[in-house]
Amino acid sequence: MKKNWWKALAVLIYVYVIFQGMLGTVPRLPILNESIRNVYFHVSLWFSMIILLVASLVYAVRYLRKGRLDDDRISVEFANTAILFGLLGCLTGSLWANYTWGEPWPNDPKLNSVAVGMLLYFAYLILRGSFDDEQRRARISSVYNIFAFAVFIPLIIILPRLTDSLHPGNGGNPAFGQYQMTGPMRLVLYPGVIALTLIGVWITELRVRMRRVKAVLEE
Amino acid sequence: MAESVRQMSALMRKEFLLEWRQRYALNGMLLYIVGAVFVCYLSFNARRGQLTPIVWNTLFWIILLFTAINAIAKSFVQERAGRQLYYYTLASPQQIILSKILYNTVLMLVLAFLGFSVYAFVLGNPVNDVPLYLLTLVLGAIGFAASLTLVSGIASKAENPATLMAVLSFPIILPLLLMLLKVSKNALDGLDRSVSWDEIGTILAIDAIVLTLSWLLFPFLWRS
Repeated sequence: MKKNWWKALAVLIYVYVIFQGMLGTVPRLPILNESIRNVYFHVSLWFSMIILLVASLVYAVRYLRKGRLDDDRISVEFANTAILFGLLGCLTGSLWANYTWGEPWPNDPKLNSVAVGMLLYFAYLILRGSFDDEQRRARISSVYNIFAFAVFIPLIIILPRLTDSLHPGNGGNPAFGQYQMTGPMRLVLYPGVIALTLIGVWITELRVRMRRVKAVLEE
Repeated sequence: MAESVRQMSALMRKEFLLEWRQRYALNGMLLYIVGAVFVCYLSFNARRGQLTPIVWNTLFWIILLFTAINAIAKSFVQERAGRQLYYYTLASPQQIILSKILYNTVLMLVLAFLGFSVYAFVLGNPVNDVPLYLLTLVLGAIGFAASLTLVSGIASKAENPATLMAVLSFPIILPLLLMLLKVSKNALDGLDRSVSWDEIGTILAIDAIVLTLSWLLFPFLWRS
């Protein structure tokens, strides 16, 4: 029980985020109206996705340095959870876009970049599927994971800022700060990021444990 | 330092010799790009000067992208595993990947310039700022070679290298391709060069990232 306090914490924080996100006061802005509440869910999904991808990267580097298969298992499961969060982020985003920008998938550089980023990680999973030998699979897919991350970050963070985007903070649009992202709103958004990241770690932990059991059973 | 430069040049020499001895592969690549250009020319009903600039430019870069993927895919499958092992006893993996990247850059330069001249010859040449367009070709050749060489190394270890090469390289190459399309469109329209410096800087930065990563990651790749 001692080790599991953070799971309860994650659930508690997220329950707070849901209630506060639905009921708390938000600034009233044209077009956005009440849909601004989606910031708590949509944006926190992306933030925690990037955190999970960094974790996946760290474990890939660790595998290459130390050669322990367990690190590779953790790395791939972090990537899996991040992909899940990415898909959920696309879903919440396209719901939001449908009501504010008029269509579920507007031609926006950030959306397209993210779609390409998802392709990168799907390619990573396909690459993993094409090896039989465990060590070989682990080493080569770790190399690709690092390479993919290095392309992914400029793709979603730098390139959209160079072109016109509908998202805040891009192409001369003001970032969150200027959008009356007031103190009380930050007090919901950041806990949301923390809670989602913890939940992601929880999912990853369960799946890694399943992989370990499977590996033992196969031996 | 001098020693390592000497080893690198020996490796480069080996790559060129190998290519020269198996000329069918090189000729195949040359014919591939000329053929692709000609297919596009005929598909657009053989009317020169009728394509809008954006279609002209995009089509050319797509042809170049597919040629690059095909040309670079073979950089690690050409030689048998045993012989590769022999090279690794002679030189460090960093030297090997750098010489492969350099060689592929030269190959891509040849293919890009040949492709551009044939393309401009049959489909008309609407480019206003030719030097800048050629500069984007050079930048593109370096970038394609740098990012695809490592991917080809990765794909060659797997069961179905051809499909995997395409799947792995499309998303990797995309940021670079978008930037290249933008700069070359600027060159095509003859915009003032100061408009393009930002994008050229980004392209160089992407090239630098990819080169460093190839240098760092290849030693882990060749061992398996």
